[in-house]
Amino acid sequence: MEGQQDGLAHAQAAAANGAVVTATEITRRYGEGDTAVDALRGVSLDVAPSQLTAIMGPSGSGKSTLMHILAALDLPTSGYVTLAGTRLGALSDTEITKLRRKHIGFIFQFFNLLPMLTAEENILLPLSIAGEKPDQAEFEELLKRVGLTDRRTHRPAELSGGQQQRVAVARALVSKPTVVFADEPTGNLDSKTGAEILQLLSEAVQSYDQTMVMVTHDAKAATIADRVLFLADGRIVRDLGRADEEQILETVREVTLT
Amino acid sequence: MIRVALRGLAGRKLRAFLTALAIVLGVAMVSGTFVLTDMIDRAFNDIFTQSYANTDAYISGKSPDFNFEGDQVAAPSFPDSVLPAVKNLPDVEAAGGTVADESATKIIDRNGKPITTGGAPTFGFGLDYSLPQFNPLKLTAGRWPSKPDEVVIDSGTAGDQNYEVGDRVRVATLKPVRPFTLVGIAQYGTVGSIGSATFATFTLPVAQELLDRKGQLDAISVSAKAGVSQDQLVAQIKQAVPLNKVEVRTRSQQVKEAKKSASFTKIIKYFLLSFATIALFVGAFVIFNTLSITVSQRIREFATLRTIGASRRQLLASVSIEAFVIGLLGAIIGLFAGIGLAVGLNAFFKAVNNDLPTTGLIVAPRTVIVSLLIGVVVTLVAGLAPAVKATKVPPIAAVREGATLPRGRLAPFLPFIAIALVALAIALLGYGMFADAIATAVRLLSLALGCLVLFIGVALLSPRLVPTLSRIVRPIAKWVMLGVSLIIYPTRLGAWLFRRGLYARGIPGLQRAGVLVGGLIMLLVVGPGLLLAAALAMRSLSSAIGYGFVAAVLVTEVVLVIWVFVTVVRRLRRRGFASELPSVRLDPATDRLSGENTRRNPGRTAATAAALMIGLALVTFIAVLANGMKESNRRAIERQVKSTYMLVSANGFDSISTSAGDAISKAPEVSVASNVRSGVGKASGSVQQITGLDPKTISQVYNFEWKDGSNASIDNLGAYEAIVDKTFAEKENLSVGSRFNMLTAKGETVPLEVKGVYKAPPFYPLLGEVSISLPFFDKLYERPQNLYTFLNVKGGPSAAAEASLEQQLTNFPDAKVQTREEWIDAQDKDFDSFLLLLYVLLALAVIVSLVGMINTLVLSVFERTRELGMLRAVGMTRVQVSRMVRQESVITALIGAALGLPLGVFLAVLVTRALSQFNVEFLPPWKNLIAFAIVAMIAGVLAAVAPARRASKLNVLRALQYE
Repeated sequence: MEGQQDGLAHAQAAAANGAVVTATEITRRYGEGDTAVDALRGVSLDVAPSQLTAIMGPSGSGKSTLMHILAALDLPTSGYVTLAGTRLGALSDTEITKLRRKHIGFIFQFFNLLPMLTAEENILLPLSIAGEKPDQAEFEELLKRVGLTDRRTHRPAELSGGQQQRVAVARALVSKPTVVFADEPTGNLDSKTGAEILQLLSEAVQSYDQTMVMVTHDAKAATIADRVLFLADGRIVRDLGRADEEQILETVREVTLT
Repeated sequence: MIRVALRGLAGRKLRAFLTALAIVLGVAMVSGTFVLTDMIDRAFNDIFTQSYANTDAYISGKSPDFNFEGDQVAAPSFPDSVLPAVKNLPDVEAAGGTVADESATKIIDRNGKPITTGGAPTFGFGLDYSLPQFNPLKLTAGRWPSKPDEVVIDSGTAGDQNYEVGDRVRVATLKPVRPFTLVGIAQYGTVGSIGSATFATFTLPVAQELLDRKGQLDAISVSAKAGVSQDQLVAQIKQAVPLNKVEVRTRSQQVKEAKKSASFTKIIKYFLLSFATIALFVGAFVIFNTLSITVSQRIREFATLRTIGASRRQLLASVSIEAFVIGLLGAIIGLFAGIGLAVGLNAFFKAVNNDLPTTGLIVAPRTVIVSLLIGVVVTLVAGLAPAVKATKVPPIAAVREGATLPRGRLAPFLPFIAIALVALAIALLGYGMFADAIATAVRLLSLALGCLVLFIGVALLSPRLVPTLSRIVRPIAKWVMLGVSLIIYPTRLGAWLFRRGLYARGIPGLQRAGVLVGGLIMLLVVGPGLLLAAALAMRSLSSAIGYGFVAAVLVTEVVLVIWVFVTVVRRLRRRGFASELPSVRLDPATDRLSGENTRRNPGRTAATAAALMIGLALVTFIAVLANGMKESNRRAIERQVKSTYMLVSANGFDSISTSAGDAISKAPEVSVASNVRSGVGKASGSVQQITGLDPKTISQVYNFEWKDGSNASIDNLGAYEAIVDKTFAEKENLSVGSRFNMLTAKGETVPLEVKGVYKAPPFYPLLGEVSISLPFFDKLYERPQNLYTFLNVKGGPSAAAEASLEQQLTNFPDAKVQTREEWIDAQDKDFDSFLLLLYVLLALAVIVSLVGMINTLVLSVFERTRELGMLRAVGMTRVQVSRMVRQESVITALIGAALGLPLGVFLAVLVTRALSQFNVEFLPPWKNLIAFAIVAMIAGVLAAVAPARRASKLNVLRALQYE
C-alpha cells in the first residue's frame, strides 16, 4: 500500500520535472508457479528529456526487459509506465502501435534492415508505414548527419556493418520521436565503427536534443551517457551521472560481485 | 541420423502436414478412381456371370466384324427358324430364344415423359419365361407377362416412379407409345441396380412386334444334356445352324464377349487417372518448393550437423527420409480419402438417380500398392533437388549470421536448360499434333509429355520473369485488395458491431441490444447480400464460376452463423475481446513492401506461382478450345441446315423411330419433311457412317456444296447409287462415275456408283461420308431409324405451327421438334456440362497449388519473424502486417495467372492449328479468361488468410529476439 502511494508521488514528481518516460514500481514476472522468473522486482525511473540514459548490468539483470517495457513492447506485471504523458497499459495493440510511431525510435543490435529496400527507403520506412511524407530538406540534412548522402541508393547487402547501423540510426531519428531506444547498438560492430556510431548518437543528444535510452554492457559506450543506471537482479542498484570508462568498469565490478 | 530427421519432422508437424496435403489430393483421386471403377467392373462381371450361369452354349447373330467410333456394331437379328432346329438336336436339353434391344424401349414416367438414362441403355426384352434357367432377370414382385398387353419393368424405375403391380404403364418402342398392365417388377440378377439403365420385358411375340423383329431372334440360350461338354454342344449346334447368319459360343466365350461392352469403365478409369496425374504433378511442384524453402531455412542446422561429423551422404539421407515420411503419410491419408471419395461419389450418384452399377466396396491390393507407391515416389523425386542442395551446405555456415546456400553448379546454365526444355516441349507437342501416321497412344503420350516438359521449362524460366511480372501486377493486386476489402466491408463492419455489442464496456442496455441486432443484420444479411450480388454479377463472365461463387457465399453464410455462436459462447466464458473498426484504404507502405517481398526470392515465388500456373493453363486451354469448337459447331450446322425445324430424339443425337418422322410429315402445316436414316457400313474397306436421304426433298432442306454434281444428282438418286463427301472421295480416289463396294451391317456387300461429290464442313458433317437413297437404305438395313427429320412449315415458323407439330408427337415421347437455333443451343449446353466436369476435375490441381501457396506464405512468415518484429516495433499495425502478407499472396497468384493464361491460350492455338483440318475456330472466350484471373486472385486472398493471421498475431518481443 505504502509502495503504491510512493509510486503516485513519484510519478507526479517526475511529471513536474519534465520526464518524458517514467516507470513506476514496475515488476515483470515470466512464467508461473515454481518456474516463475522475476526479471524486474520493482523499478522506478524517470527518463529526463534531451539526455542519454544508459542502462547497464550483467546478463540476466533485467536491463533488456526494462527497455522493452519502457518502449511499450511489453507490459509490466505490476506498476505502470507513462510515455509522453500517456499511461500505457489499457491501450489496444493498435493504439500502442500508433503511440510507438509517434514517440519511439528503435536501434537494434542486428540492424534489422529490410534487405530489398535501399538505404534511403529503409530510413524512410517508419514514415511510410505511418503514411506520412518526409520533409525533403530535413531528410537531406539527416542523411548528411549520418554520412550516407552518397550511399542512399545502396541496398543493405552493399553496405558495411557500420554503414548499416548508420542507416538504422537514421531510421530511428527520421520521425523525430520523443525518445530513441538503442539496444546494444555497438554490440555487433568492431570498436572503431562502434565508436563512430556512439559519436553519432551522442551528437543527436547534444546538438539535436534527442532523448535516448541505451542498453549496453560495453563500458566505453556508456561513457557518452548523461546518466548511467546499473541493474542487478531486477533492481536499480546504482545511479551514476556522467562517468568515465574507469568509473563505469569499477561500478560494473562492484555490481557483479554483490 | 534417421532419428534426427524424424525428430525434426515431428517438431514441424503443421508444416509436414501441409506438405503432405499436396500429395493427399492426388493420391486420393488415384485410389478413388481404382475403387470406383473396380466396383463397377465387379458389378458387370457379376451380371454377366449370373446371366449365363445355366447357359452351355449361346447363339447370337453374326456380328459384322467392324466397330464404329469405338462401339461394337450391334449384331443383327437372325431368323427364329434356328430355334426349332437347335431344340431338336440330340444333346440339347433346352433352348430358349430371346429378343433384346438396347435403345428403342422407353418407359414413360408419370408425367408423360420418357425416362432418360443419360446414355445408359434402355433395354427392351422378349423372353421365354417357361425356361427360367435362361432368364437373367429375377422377379421381386408379381409375375412374368403372359398376355400381349402385359409388361414387367426394372425395380429401379418402378421405385422411382412409384409404379406398382397392377398399374397401367405406357412404353414407347419402335412402334408408337402403347399402354401395358404392369404385372411384375424384376431386377437384373442379384444386382439391385444396373445403373441408370432401364428395362421393360414383354412376351416374346410382343417384343418381336414392338422391336421390329418379326420372325427374328437376337439370341438363343442352350443347355446341354448331362455328360455333354460345352465344346461338344457348340460343335453339334454349329452343324445345324446357318453359320453365315449366327455365331455359337460356349459360356465362357460369351461372358468374355459380353464384357467387351462394359469396356467404358476403362475409359472412365484412364480419364480420371489423367486428372489425378495432373494433380500429382502440381503436388510435386508444391513439395519441391516447400522442401527447398525448409532446407534453406535450416542451413545452420545442417552446417552444425556437418561440423559435428555428419557426412554429405547422411544429410542427403536425412532430407530424403523426411520426404519419404511426408510422402508415405500423404499417400496413406490419400488412400483412405480416395476410398471415402469413391463411397461418397457412389452414394451421391445414387441420390441423384444416376447411379452406376456397383457392388460392395472393393479395395484391391493393386489400389493400395499403386497409391502408396505413387505418393512416395512423387514426393521422393520432388525432394531430390532440395536434398542434394542440403549436402552443399558448408560447415562454416554454422557460425555465420544469415548464411545462404551456395549457388549450384548448374545455376548459371539454368536459363539455357529452361529454354532447351521449352524447345523440346514444343517439338514434342508439334510431333504429337502434326506427325502423320503414328499410333494414337504415341500421339497422346507425346502430347502429355510435351505439356509436362513445357510446364517444367516455363517454371524454370519463370524466376527470370518474376521481378518484371511482379512489378506489372502489383498495381492490379493493390486495386484488387481494395475491391475485395470494399466488398467484404459490410460483413466486417457487422462483425465489429456485434463484438462491440458483446464486449464494449459502458454502453446502456438498450443501445447494446441495438448494436447487437444491427451487427447481426449487417453480418448475416447485408454483408452476404452484397457478396451474393457480386457472385451473381460474375455469372456474366462465366456462369459456371458465377454459380461456384454463389455456392461459396452460401458456405460463407453458414460459417458466419457458426462464428456468431462461437463468439457468443466465448463471451459467456468471459474470453475474447472487442475488435477494431475495420478500415478500407490504399496503403502505399504495405503495397511497396509486398511487391518487394515477392521479388526478394524470385525462385521461390516462381515455383509457387508455377504450381498455380499449371492448373490455370489447363483450364484456359480447355476453355479456349471448347469455345472454338462450339463456334465451329454452330457455323457447321448453320452452313448445312436450311430447314426451320428439325425432329430429333430427346437427347438430340440418338436415332428415332421412323414412325415419328412419318407421323409428323402428316401434320397439315408441314410443307417439307425430309427423313435422314443412319447406319454404319464398311465402304471401300473403311467403316463409315451411311445415311439414307430422301432424294425428292433433301436438297430443299440441306445445303449441298457441290464439288462435282448438282442438286439434280441427288434428285435422281436411285438404287446402287451414292453421293459422297469430298474428304472421303479424295481418300478413296473417287469421282462421279466411279464405283466402290460397301459392306452393310447385315454383312451384305453392295456395289455403289458415285453420282455426286459435295463438301461437308469437317467439324460436324450432318450426313454420312456415303449417302444413298432412302428407299434403297431401307432395303439394306433392317429396322432403319431416322437420325433427324428436317422440317419446313407453310407460311414460316410460328408458335401455332410448333404446337401443331408437337400435337403429332404425343405418341412419340422420345422425339422432339426444335428450331435450328434450339438444336444448336441444346448442343452447346451438352458441351458446357462436359466442360463443367473438366473444370471440376481441374479444380483439384488448383486446390493443390493453393496448398502450395499457403505453405510458402507460412514458411516465409516464419523465416521473416525478426523482420516482422522490427516492422511492428517501428510502427506497423497488425492490420498492416496482414494486409502486406495478403497482397504478397495476391501478387503471387497474379503471377501464376500471368504465366498460366497465356500458356493455356498458346496450347489452344497449337491444338487449333493441329485440328485445322476440322475447321476448329480459334476464339478465346475473353470473359471466361477474366473470370479465371479473378478466381486466381481470390485464391490468393484465401491462401493468405491463415498466414496473414499468423503474421499479425506475432509477439513483437519474441519476434525481435528470435534467431
